[in-house]
Amino acid sequence: MATIDVSFFLWGVAGLLIVAVAAVALGRSAAASNLVYTATFVLSAAMLVMLGLHLISAPGTVLKTTLPIGLPWIGASFKLDSLSALFLGVVNFGGAMASLYGLGYGRHEEAPHRVLPFFAAFLACMNLVVLADDAFAFLLSWEFMSLASWALVVSHHRSQASLRAGFIYLVMASFGTLSLLLAFGLLAGPAGGYGFDTIRDMPHGPMVVAIVFVLMLLGAGSKAGLVPLHVWLPLAHPAAPSHVSALMSGVMTKVAIYGFIRVVFDLLGEPAWWSSAVLIMLGGITAALGILYALMETDLKRLLACSTIENIGVIFVSLGLALAFRSGGMGLAAALAFTAALFHILNHSVFKSLLFFGAGAVINATGERDMEKLGGLIHRMPYTSFAFLIGCVAISALPPLNGFVSEWLTFQAILQSPELPQWGLKIIVPAVGGLLALSAALAAACFVRAFGITFLGRARSDVAAKAGEVDRFSLLAMFVLAALCLAAGILPGFVIDGLAPVTHAFVGGSLPSQAHLPWLTIAPIAETRSSYNGLLVFLFIAIAGWGAAFAVHNFASRRVRRSAAWDCGFPDPRPQTQYSASSFAQPVRRVFGSLVFRARETVDMPPPGDLRAARLTIEVRDLAWDWIYTPISVGIAFAAVRLNRLQFLTIRQYLSLVFLALVTLLLVLALWT
Amino acid sequence: MTSLSFDIAHLLAGGLVLVSFMMLYQDRLSALINVYALHALVLTLSVAWQAQVQHAPHLYVTAAIALGFKAVVIPLVLHRIVRRLGIHRDIETVVGIGPTMLAGMGLVALSMVVILRITPEADPLAREDLSFALSVLLLGLLVMVTRRNAVSQVIGFMSLENGLILAATGARGMPLVVEISVAFSIVIAFIVIGIFLFRIRERFDTVDVGALDSFRGERR
Repeated sequence: MATIDVSFFLWGVAGLLIVAVAAVALGRSAAASNLVYTATFVLSAAMLVMLGLHLISAPGTVLKTTLPIGLPWIGASFKLDSLSALFLGVVNFGGAMASLYGLGYGRHEEAPHRVLPFFAAFLACMNLVVLADDAFAFLLSWEFMSLASWALVVSHHRSQASLRAGFIYLVMASFGTLSLLLAFGLLAGPAGGYGFDTIRDMPHGPMVVAIVFVLMLLGAGSKAGLVPLHVWLPLAHPAAPSHVSALMSGVMTKVAIYGFIRVVFDLLGEPAWWSSAVLIMLGGITAALGILYALMETDLKRLLACSTIENIGVIFVSLGLALAFRSGGMGLAAALAFTAALFHILNHSVFKSLLFFGAGAVINATGERDMEKLGGLIHRMPYTSFAFLIGCVAISALPPLNGFVSEWLTFQAILQSPELPQWGLKIIVPAVGGLLALSAALAAACFVRAFGITFLGRARSDVAAKAGEVDRFSLLAMFVLAALCLAAGILPGFVIDGLAPVTHAFVGGSLPSQAHLPWLTIAPIAETRSSYNGLLVFLFIAIAGWGAAFAVHNFASRRVRRSAAWDCGFPDPRPQTQYSASSFAQPVRRVFGSLVFRARETVDMPPPGDLRAARLTIEVRDLAWDWIYTPISVGIAFAAVRLNRLQFLTIRQYLSLVFLALVTLLLVLALWT
Repeated sequence: MTSLSFDIAHLLAGGLVLVSFMMLYQDRLSALINVYALHALVLTLSVAWQAQVQHAPHLYVTAAIALGFKAVVIPLVLHRIVRRLGIHRDIETVVGIGPTMLAGMGLVALSMVVILRITPEADPLAREDLSFALSVLLLGLLVMVTRRNAVSQVIGFMSLENGLILAATGARGMPLVVEISVAFSIVIAFIVIGIFLFRIRERFDTVDVGALDSFRGERR
């Protein structure tokens, strides 16, 4: 077999870009949608297959190439190492699935010419980000990735909400890229070595390391959705078409995390211990807040986007733990935490895509995103609801699905924290563990709510009552993802072994090989300490569930009784009397909301005799807006009004300004010691 | 370099700064133009001396250009313009002479401090030359800022350019091409500004730039 080269993947990227250009040429023609999604599917799948072949035929090899494009005399260099390979897999798998889903979903798109070119370009840029091996190529692809996704966010440009989401996204993305630009500028140093190899070999002072760490946290964190940089995410991700939302939530946030891992774990050297503490705390806060936001949402896609914030938090906690263990010289624990992070990255990209596809199917069938208007879809869309249920169980971290394994690994890593040398971390990590446990429980509640309100009960609107099952392509994409959730949950040992080269390269340790353990058990540290067997749990659940169903069906009374549902003694046939999404969230809102969201409920009860309806108004505020973004925007507006005067000076005043600036600079030079 | 040649270079560059101060002091346009001609003459001497000291014959060309254009042609043209515009008796400073002179002294002190501090290892001739050149440049800017008439702003600009030439000739090995291109760009700027002067005059009956401001509806 011929050896596989990075250039193959670059050809794939070039192919995607050609597809993007071709999509522009195809314009609004009817065949455009099918052609483009088929092409992107084939290209992504081909890259995925070649990546698989490369990993099987030549594991551990690092491929490099330099293209004579980009900066003159420097070119753009690309590299495929174990970490890039992992993320290349995530990107292309997500891309292939989104394309497959798009084959069906894209037919309902009202403005395909606004989506198709950017979809292909978006995939191409994400591929380039994970392959880039110098700061220039990385930043350029990163920025193009942002722009392409921005174009997708505003593809439904007639809605005011989309435009606002797009604007906020663009501002946050530029801010993030600015941070990355500064970070790479500092890393390259005065000599300007922008190749990743040069940066890696160069010693960095502690001050530079600290600043670069903070800048990466801002740059990659704003793209990934770390609190308090998350505000754009619940707006922008749902505004795009659903398969693009899946890509943005499931894949692009992972590309952001890739950037973070690449710099902090690879290029930066050894950050100080407090940086891991910052990472762990921010991750914990992000996880808890993200899922609380999700619980407050009644818009299905916004709920999913908010839950992405939670999962990003979980991943960042694991990354922080890996950093802490690595600097503490605990190779095995670091490998455990890093494996947990990578495993959760894989898992989240799979089940978040699945859930967004499901949400897209619901939107296609009903045209409705508001859960309060859905309900009862399990009868009309049985396959979609089954796949969505699998996704919900997986993201709620219930065994035997994949979400459980990665969160379990995270908690195993947290349990290693008493052996850390720093007292600060010894105290912080268990506290954050508590936060994670809370957010895991809330996530389960959130997805019980999402599934229950959307698919169970009675239809709350006519469109929900008349919904029909979606097309085969969409179902196929969802079922592939659902099967993968189950497979990764039952056979986690293989995934962990597959991640071993990455952990070995980046935290200097790897978990013991899991594949040889009997009965597909995984025991990350030692079997005496903790072990988990997905297969046994699955078999137990399957046998118990089947047994119970068998018993109920065969031994219980066969008489079927139909009667009115219990509704507090008031027989009201309307579906609005059902438990609603807001009422499900009320207990959580009462407990956490007054603190975290300044939630306020106002009851407007008309006096006796007045015939108008009573109203319950709920006001939920995002404190990140109130405390951070509103003051910033007010400040900018104020400064803009003040500085506007500079536009209307006389010639002599302009000259004086230049003159004063020159004299001031000279004064600074003269007084500088 | 002998100490005599150093002293003469020093004297000529210092003379240029002194003439810049004279320029600040003038409040009538014709007198200002005459002082500008003197400024160019001192520059010519200074550049010629540098050519002599550095054994750089191409600097003589620079000196000739300075003498021909700046000391003769441009002042003559400016005189004509001023006479045709009928503004040769205008008094047109914005800030009083006293504060302007004080500010000029401050600027010279500043440029001395800056240059002498940042170039301790440089060739002493170039070093002194640079600090004088910076002074001339800043004083030229000061002339531009403190005058309200467009013609005197042009003169301030030209004297600023003289400072640049002084700096350029002080540094060894400055190629002639650079000087010529600088000179040409200045001439072009001069032509453009001259054309604009007449356009402004046609439209507003004055070359007082304050008229432009009042045309835009600004308060004076």
